[in-house]
Amino acid sequence: MSLGEGVLAILGLAFITLFTRSFFLFPERDLPLPAWLEQGLRYAPLAALVAVVAPEVVLTQGRLITTWMDARLPAVLAATAWFYWRRGILGTILAGTAVLLAFRLGLGW
Amino acid sequence: MDVPNLPPPMWRHPEFARGARDMTGTALGIAAWGLLTGIAMAKSGLAMPLAVLMSLLVFAGSAQLAALPLLAGGAPLWVIWATALCVNLRFVIFSAGWRRYYADLPRASRLRMAYFAADLNYVLVMKRFPKPAPLAESVPYFWGGVALNWPSWQLPSLLGLWVGDRIPPQWGLGFAGTLALLGLTYSLLHDRSTWIAAVVAGAAAVATFALPLKLNILVAIAAAVVVGLLIDHSTPRPVVPEEDLT
Repeated sequence: MSLGEGVLAILGLAFITLFTRSFFLFPERDLPLPAWLEQGLRYAPLAALVAVVAPEVVLTQGRLITTWMDARLPAVLAATAWFYWRRGILGTILAGTAVLLAFRLGLGW
Repeated sequence: MDVPNLPPPMWRHPEFARGARDMTGTALGIAAWGLLTGIAMAKSGLAMPLAVLMSLLVFAGSAQLAALPLLAGGAPLWVIWATALCVNLRFVIFSAGWRRYYADLPRASRLRMAYFAADLNYVLVMKRFPKPAPLAESVPYFWGGVALNWPSWQLPSLLGLWVGDRIPPQWGLGFAGTLALLGLTYSLLHDRSTWIAAVVAGAAAVATFALPLKLNILVAIAAAVVVGLLIDHSTPRPVVPEEDLT
């Protein structure tokens, strides 16, 4: 791929970022969304977050993990415990990552 | 002639600081993912100036990761763009949510905000202002979050381009990003319907993981919205005590 083509591809990708993120924000007039859809939208961000997290925790290369000896599981337990103890997201990340490293580098899980 | 008093700059607004502060919790996770995305870009063989341009302009991690092998393999432009479009479809859903906050702003402002509106910005604005309405203070809150989120992503991403694969993968940096989202997920679970919607979304995302283009995320959103609506509509209304007329 030439440099010019690469630049064109990237400009197109940047436009797609703007296009998708502004899809319903762009029109001046309100698009009539059905009331049930408006109400259901409150579940969308939660679902998107879980949809990213869940496969990262329970799948390895697209398959369900079949062992408990996976460093991600104690890491998620530690992160969960921290969150419900202290409520801070930074602490959740640090606690989970520390346990992940301990099990992965220490025990080879 | 009198010079009219200029309104105070947006970054002086207390909600701007609050928006930035609320983003600090997840900034470390975002930084870990930015770093990994930068490393992936460096390893894909994309020329350095193109990789820098991609990081700074595209500003959508999963679309970048999906487009990289296609760019490196010389795929036709329309295939690259169609792939990114599918990976970004969730933003179309979020944009309907943004409209309820920002429909009253001029179009140029709306577009500027939309470009910077990553997933976490939506989650945090929704948490801070649970009742979607055109509130003036939600605008500085939004920009405060962007002021922290954008550099937390961009600087590690550029650093990742530079360090390449000198960071061993077993450090599990990617999992730090997952843990940030996990904490954010927990903070959104506050009643029976959100818990059930989350479990349904997780199961749907795992069950349909084999779908191409991360379409499992869309399936999960659709499933959670449907289940959430079913719960909302099937929950009996609280019984209103009748007036005692004795």
